[in-house]
Amino acid sequence: MSQFSQVVLSGLATGSIYALVAIGFTLVWQAAQTVNFAQGEFVMLPAFFVLAGMSLFGLSFGTALLFGLAVSVVVLGLLFKKLVAEPILPHGGITLIIATMALGILLKESVKEFYSAEAQPFPSIFPNDPIDVFGAVLSMQDILNLAFSLAVVVALTLFLNRTRTGRCMQATAQNPAVAEILGVNVKRMILYTFLINAALAALASFLITPVYLAKFSNGETLGLIAFIAAIVGGFNQIRGALAGGLLIGVLDNLTAAYVTAEYRAALPLVLLIVIILVRPQGLLGTKEGRAV
Amino acid sequence: MNVRMRTLSILGLVALAIAAPIGQGNYIIYVLTSWLVFAIAAMGLNLTLGYAGQISLAQAAFMAIGAYVTSLLTLAGWHWILAMPLALLACFVVGLLLGYPALRVKGHFLAFVTLAFNTLVFLVLRNEDWLTGGSYGLVGMPRPDFGLFSTMKQLHFYYFTLGVTVLAALAMWGIVRSPWGRAFKALRENPIRAESLGVDTRRITLLAFAIGSAYGGLAGALVAPLVQFIEPGSFGVAHSLRILLMVVVGGSGYFFGPFLGAAVVILLPEVLRFAEGYYLIIYSALVIVMLVFVPSGLIGVWGRLHEKFWPRHEIRADLKEGAGLK
Amino acid sequence: MSMPVLSVRNIEKSFGGIRAVNGVSFDVHKGEILGLIGPNGSGKSTLFNCILGQLPPDGGDVSVNGRNVSGMRASDLNRLGVGRTFQQLSVFPKMSVLDNIILAGQEHHGSMLSRLFGPGDAGLTAEAEKLIAFFRLSHLRDTLAGSLSYGQQKLVDAAMAFMAGPSLVLLDEPAGGVNLTMLAGLKERLTAYNAEHGTTFVVIEHNMEFVMSLCTRIIVLSEGSIIAEGTPDEIRANQAVIDAYLGG
Repeated sequence: MSQFSQVVLSGLATGSIYALVAIGFTLVWQAAQTVNFAQGEFVMLPAFFVLAGMSLFGLSFGTALLFGLAVSVVVLGLLFKKLVAEPILPHGGITLIIATMALGILLKESVKEFYSAEAQPFPSIFPNDPIDVFGAVLSMQDILNLAFSLAVVVALTLFLNRTRTGRCMQATAQNPAVAEILGVNVKRMILYTFLINAALAALASFLITPVYLAKFSNGETLGLIAFIAAIVGGFNQIRGALAGGLLIGVLDNLTAAYVTAEYRAALPLVLLIVIILVRPQGLLGTKEGRAV
Repeated sequence: MNVRMRTLSILGLVALAIAAPIGQGNYIIYVLTSWLVFAIAAMGLNLTLGYAGQISLAQAAFMAIGAYVTSLLTLAGWHWILAMPLALLACFVVGLLLGYPALRVKGHFLAFVTLAFNTLVFLVLRNEDWLTGGSYGLVGMPRPDFGLFSTMKQLHFYYFTLGVTVLAALAMWGIVRSPWGRAFKALRENPIRAESLGVDTRRITLLAFAIGSAYGGLAGALVAPLVQFIEPGSFGVAHSLRILLMVVVGGSGYFFGPFLGAAVVILLPEVLRFAEGYYLIIYSALVIVMLVFVPSGLIGVWGRLHEKFWPRHEIRADLKEGAGLK
Repeated sequence: MSMPVLSVRNIEKSFGGIRAVNGVSFDVHKGEILGLIGPNGSGKSTLFNCILGQLPPDGGDVSVNGRNVSGMRASDLNRLGVGRTFQQLSVFPKMSVLDNIILAGQEHHGSMLSRLFGPGDAGLTAEAEKLIAFFRLSHLRDTLAGSLSYGQQKLVDAAMAFMAGPSLVLLDEPAGGVNLTMLAGLKERLTAYNAEHGTTFVVIEHNMEFVMSLCTRIIVLSEGSIIAEGTPDEIRANQAVIDAYLGG
């Protein structure tokens, strides 16, 4: 029983981090028709910004995290939008998808060549002590990762639903033409979406890298899992991506613990294919939301 | 360019391909052969991407299926010429099964499904070692022997591959020139109009993807006897991406784009040895820059230069073909 | 009277709370040229899209030659003999005029396999050339459709709708953006085609003069319902129509 709750909890913890990545991916897809195939690399990179901040500028870990967040928002949000998404989108969605694939290679290879090809240890934000909850031994790090990610999701949802800017962003995602007529600064809202995506990716990076170590190739699986979480959950809302992320996190851990470790990585893939076969709009999606 | 000029220049290119390996060492001949093999894989993907407008990230997985089927059969004593059609058929059928659900949904779902599929294939190849040899792969596949013409020597194998490439290109030419090809192009330019004219866009897209996958299988059927050693690592997602970029860099939707693209990816690194690890960085950065300014690829670059310096010249016939990406 | 070529029964369609089409019914008989007019926002285009399966209607049925086609895919509808044009220009710009026209007919010829292994033109070159000549575009046969003038592209667009020998053709604003000389030619060609082949037309159009001189019968829509129906002369004199246009 204790093992089971630990397996589920750590699944939820990882899943909530996947959800952060999936939500950012969804927001950008909806607001700017940008399917970002470099999303996994967007999660791999911020951890290296932090490491670089500590080793090159001698920052403390806490300051380096803020530095990493800021650099991520500028590079993966602002520069990504200005230099890649904006100029290429007029050439068509497929062209942009391919450009993001090339961007993924560029980021990955750059880290490999300019930083290191070896996995780097990355300090954990939260203590990794086991604690005893009702007789089950649980990892403190898992609990705090889960709590922190959920808090970010709640904050983001409140921002999108309760603030004027958030509602303008939603209007832009649903119908940019109408939003424009209603006086929404569509361009600015799209920029905000890119910045939020970069920030979410950076937070996910800080939470997940202590577990996986910082390695240039981390993005390969992370990106794929984020796409799958977004598609499985249903694209139209944040809660779809959240549900998809949590589901994959838990199923992944259960499979590894009780079924097969060899085919652990296959589970999300099979889930994706099954979902597309039987419920293409996703678990929580509606039909309209799918006509991206 | 008129028909005669066109035929002459194509014959010229074939003559060049025949002359290229003469007097070269085995390694250079090997590199040239892989260029042809990847050109076949890219040619197939060009049909899916350039003509039918769908992203497939599983071309390496189809190469894997082609290579493993061919290897297992030839190791069991079959002749290559019998094993290869089965490899093609396997890829075609898997392409249909995979594309059917993915193409029912709007958006770029084929990209995600094929990405997942490529990862799955990799896992199966690595884990099912009773069949695939696991991480150690399969070794010692015989090269085909046609009685009077054995392909054991590197140079002979190159000419064999060249022959297969020419046949594959002719078949592709036939497809592109057929009513199917016209439907592919119509689909790319205006799917809603095509549908209203009776084109079953779902079916035609699926067929383009399945045929493209079969070309991946053919490339795989050639890789097995070329390298005589296959393992899962040679068919990962990164390789699918590499083939996709070949198509885009060469010029997707142009008939000769894949040959040019494969040359850039396979031959150029050999010339630019000094760049070593930075090659991929420079390459991927250049791809992004190219997509910003000339999304129609290198053939599109050539077209622009041509228009700039010889503006009155009639547009080349194969330029009319391509429409770049959507 | 014989069976109608197109029969529309109680089509309804709402967007959110707004009723765009409110239970519209009408029949079109062989050889008729029916005009569908109405002020902006009267529901013409929505109705058109519901008939053609582009939009799923909330209720009602559409039959073509007695066969219920509600919810049918556009390609299947086309194979049943329904041709159409779109409001926006819809040619294939990077294909020649000839290829555009052949494409419009090839899916009606032979089997899937014969279209792969058979001749590249599906045996349609002669027929396509005849149609191109009918629309007086022969000199542009090998030109890329995208490099033609707007009016010429409109002609190619219309010609494509006829290539498969349809029994019913729906034209969505054929006169939109076409200059006066071209317009006269287009009308004359459509009338000639109708006379020669007995093909039934349904036309949505804003250009009153064009509709009045082309159509044999006209239906007027306002706020999603039919408010008048009759010959062009009757419609011209109808007070409800005048009110709808002036009021709208």
